[in-house]
Amino acid sequence: MAPVLEVSGLSTVFHTRRGLVRAVQDVSFTVNAGETLAIVGESGCGKTITALSLLRLVPMPPGEITSGSVKVDGTDLLKLSDSEMREMRGSKIAMIFQEPMTALNPLLTVGKQIQEMVVLHDKCSQEVARKRAVEMLHHVRIPEPERRSREYPHQLSGGMRQRAMIAMALACRPKVLVADEPTTALDVTIQAQILDLIGDLQREFGTAVVLITHDLGVVAETAKRVCVMYAGRKVEEAPVEEIFGRPLHPYMQGLMNSIPRVGSARGLDVAPDERLQEISGIVPPLNDLPPGCAFEPRCTRADARCKTQRPELAMKAPDHIAACWQA
Amino acid sequence: MLSYLIRRLLLMALTLFGVSIAIFLLLRIVPGNIADILFDSAGLIDPAEKAKIVADLGLDLPLYKQYTQWIGGLLQGDLGYSYVSEKPVLEEIAPRIPITAKIALLALIFSVIAGVPLGVISAVRQNTPLDYLLRVTSLSGLSMPSFWLGLLILMAFVHYLGTIPIYDREPATFMAGFTMLAVPAAAVGFRSSALIMRLTRSSMLEVLRQDFVRTARSKGLSEGAVTYNHALRNALLPVITTIGIEVAFLFGGLIVTETVFNIPGVARFLVEAIRWRDYPMVQNLVMFTATIVVVVNLIVDLIYMVIDPRIRYSE
Amino acid sequence: MSTTVSQDRPTKPSFFNEVFYLARRYPLGVAGAIIMTTFVLCALFANFVAPLDPFSTNARASLARPSETHLLGADMMGRDVLSRIIHGARISLAVAVGATIMGSGLGAALGLASGYLGGWFDLIIQRVSEVMQSLPLLVMALVITASLGPSLRNTIIAIAIPLVPTVARVIRSNVLSLREMPFVEAAKATGMSEFRIAVVHVLPNTLAPLIVLATAQLGSTILTEASLSFLGLGVPEPYPSWGRMLSESAAEYVRTAPWLVIFPGLAISLVVFGSNLMGDALRDALDPRQRD
Repeated sequence: MAPVLEVSGLSTVFHTRRGLVRAVQDVSFTVNAGETLAIVGESGCGKTITALSLLRLVPMPPGEITSGSVKVDGTDLLKLSDSEMREMRGSKIAMIFQEPMTALNPLLTVGKQIQEMVVLHDKCSQEVARKRAVEMLHHVRIPEPERRSREYPHQLSGGMRQRAMIAMALACRPKVLVADEPTTALDVTIQAQILDLIGDLQREFGTAVVLITHDLGVVAETAKRVCVMYAGRKVEEAPVEEIFGRPLHPYMQGLMNSIPRVGSARGLDVAPDERLQEISGIVPPLNDLPPGCAFEPRCTRADARCKTQRPELAMKAPDHIAACWQA
Repeated sequence: MLSYLIRRLLLMALTLFGVSIAIFLLLRIVPGNIADILFDSAGLIDPAEKAKIVADLGLDLPLYKQYTQWIGGLLQGDLGYSYVSEKPVLEEIAPRIPITAKIALLALIFSVIAGVPLGVISAVRQNTPLDYLLRVTSLSGLSMPSFWLGLLILMAFVHYLGTIPIYDREPATFMAGFTMLAVPAAAVGFRSSALIMRLTRSSMLEVLRQDFVRTARSKGLSEGAVTYNHALRNALLPVITTIGIEVAFLFGGLIVTETVFNIPGVARFLVEAIRWRDYPMVQNLVMFTATIVVVVNLIVDLIYMVIDPRIRYSE
Repeated sequence: MSTTVSQDRPTKPSFFNEVFYLARRYPLGVAGAIIMTTFVLCALFANFVAPLDPFSTNARASLARPSETHLLGADMMGRDVLSRIIHGARISLAVAVGATIMGSGLGAALGLASGYLGGWFDLIIQRVSEVMQSLPLLVMALVITASLGPSLRNTIIAIAIPLVPTVARVIRSNVLSLREMPFVEAAKATGMSEFRIAVVHVLPNTLAPLIVLATAQLGSTILTEASLSFLGLGVPEPYPSWGRMLSESAAEYVRTAPWLVIFPGLAISLVVFGSNLMGDALRDALDPRQRD
């Protein structure tokens, strides 16, 4: 299956008064149609900036995409002009955001916000677009879609708003959907519904999904492949069962270990009365990165080489790459 | 909605009542009343004459009686008589009101038409030379005394056209009539437009930082659509509220501008009445001003309630 | 933590770096500060700065054009315009500072008490504020100065009083939100008296918005004084007031002696401009969201 999204060597920096912040460094991954790639990492690892870079939504005065390519169906988005890129947004690649209340315009009805996108990309009449908007709301399982389309965002519940955002993002059947922490702001029960919805729509439309999250539970439910980021770089990538069963990078191992579990599961035994494990230390500032491995100060297995030489990504096991000298 | 309206109207009445008491007392703080001044200025010295004037004007009644007399009359449409001209206050004020109203309206329209678009441009092109130019211009608009601006305009007229724009009750042509009002309106409105420009700018900057603007961009909308269909709508909400407050400032500007351009409006009349210690006139004019301010604020609040769907459809 | 040298070392802010940084980031604010400093110095040292005596009349120099002796010309009584402007700075400064301190101080005190104590006190203050705010600033100042009589002191009072409700309202809303903060609760738990809490804990936290507000009001007090004096109901003779200088010359001399109209107005505009620049920069600097 040909990959729908091919990201290669993406690097994004920010020019700030505290120096150059390397938010994303040399990140590459591919996603096939109908598949979900999860990008995990803690806050500040660069996953959100990666997502924004895919759509070129990074604010350009302080930010700058310095290198790499982002190919959707063969077209490199980074080489397009501003107007060409705008055509792509929404029609070939779309994004949904974390906080649905603030991500929707409070002064426009939900239906209108979907409608304007359909009119823009499909060049149809307002009436046709309006019907499509209602149809989309129905598709995302919002009851009484006709009535809801005429309501304002604050009149909908949190889960419904997120559904509306999904409806808006998928209204023009984009090839790629980037979802930045879509369930973080929602109740756990609603989370499951939203993830199911995304999965169903993915199967129906064949959309490639890039799911940004810090929640490993969500990853387990939805992803086919997992990409782990740390301090702006990709440090591990593998299919989901492989990476959960045998995490190679010490950071991923630390993440897996720190999940509180009752009893044992997934091959990593944890006795019920043991202390919660944590990864000590904090992420280094992105404008003052050490020359060696960025994780070294917090790593329990680091040696002298880790301090001075940055490990490159290498295939450590079939279809499983990691950037670590110890793996 | 109805209960809100009723509540606001009651509050309004209470506020105006407070204003009436305040102005009534304030004018009578300093001892020595109008009779003395009129008396002395007329050059009369006979105490009996003075007593007669005092009685005529009802100044010998206790204060609260004078107050109730005034308010009672006010509520029935009788505003009393001017000390100076001895004509009914209403008769003096009424013809002057439309003049001031026209200029005020023109000034308001001017300030919105100039202020809003410039504020949007300034925000969208933040920190560019154009932005700095607009900001400096608007700041100087806020720093200039409006009567000085009026004087400068007068000077320009004299220098380039050789005449001073004189107010004419029956303008010869429509253009002449329009110019006659537009020039002072521009002088007064300049300051308001600067204020609105700055407010629009800061409101736009605030709105452009919000998440839904990023969402709009992610849908592939052009910058223009993002700015005008999405951001501006939201940014204008606080501007609408400010227009209500601006009306109060506008009146102050009108006072001096009407003085500079020698326009027989109600704002200049207030100053004249104050100078001549024409209490009934001053009282009623102040009440009039306060009523306008309060009513305009109420209207603006109601408009806001209708426009913002978060308030209109609050669950 | 690793101590190796890395490629992009962040700049460590020293004192001078911070000062230059502030100057570069708020150039307009610095410009405003320079204007205001000049204004204050002129006001304080008017006697030394002014070339001529502002009160001495000179029939021969009546309506003199700007020249070497009278840099900005002379008025109808032969008084030097430049010297009168410099001395006028004193009045403007006195009124502006006096009215702002009085108005903001009283407003802050009332706002603090109103917000903190609540109850019927708050209710009354609020209603009275509403009454006061339903009148335009100039109208209120006019009525007060008219009822008290024209004098320097009364002008200051007349301009200070309309400031009170505006300041009180802002401080009150600040106090209301501060009152709910955990550190106030903690202070109460240690047994501090309400008064001490209000003064020691709540008040310092309202200082920043108060300073911004007061600086913003400075410009408007100068304008109001100018308007009052222009209408003849402000600062009386013999004090030289920029506003009154404009009213004396208005109608008759617009044609014949434009310098009488231009320069006093320019002085007013410049000072208010400077104060607004400073106020803007101050507000931007103290706004937490503007920081990186």
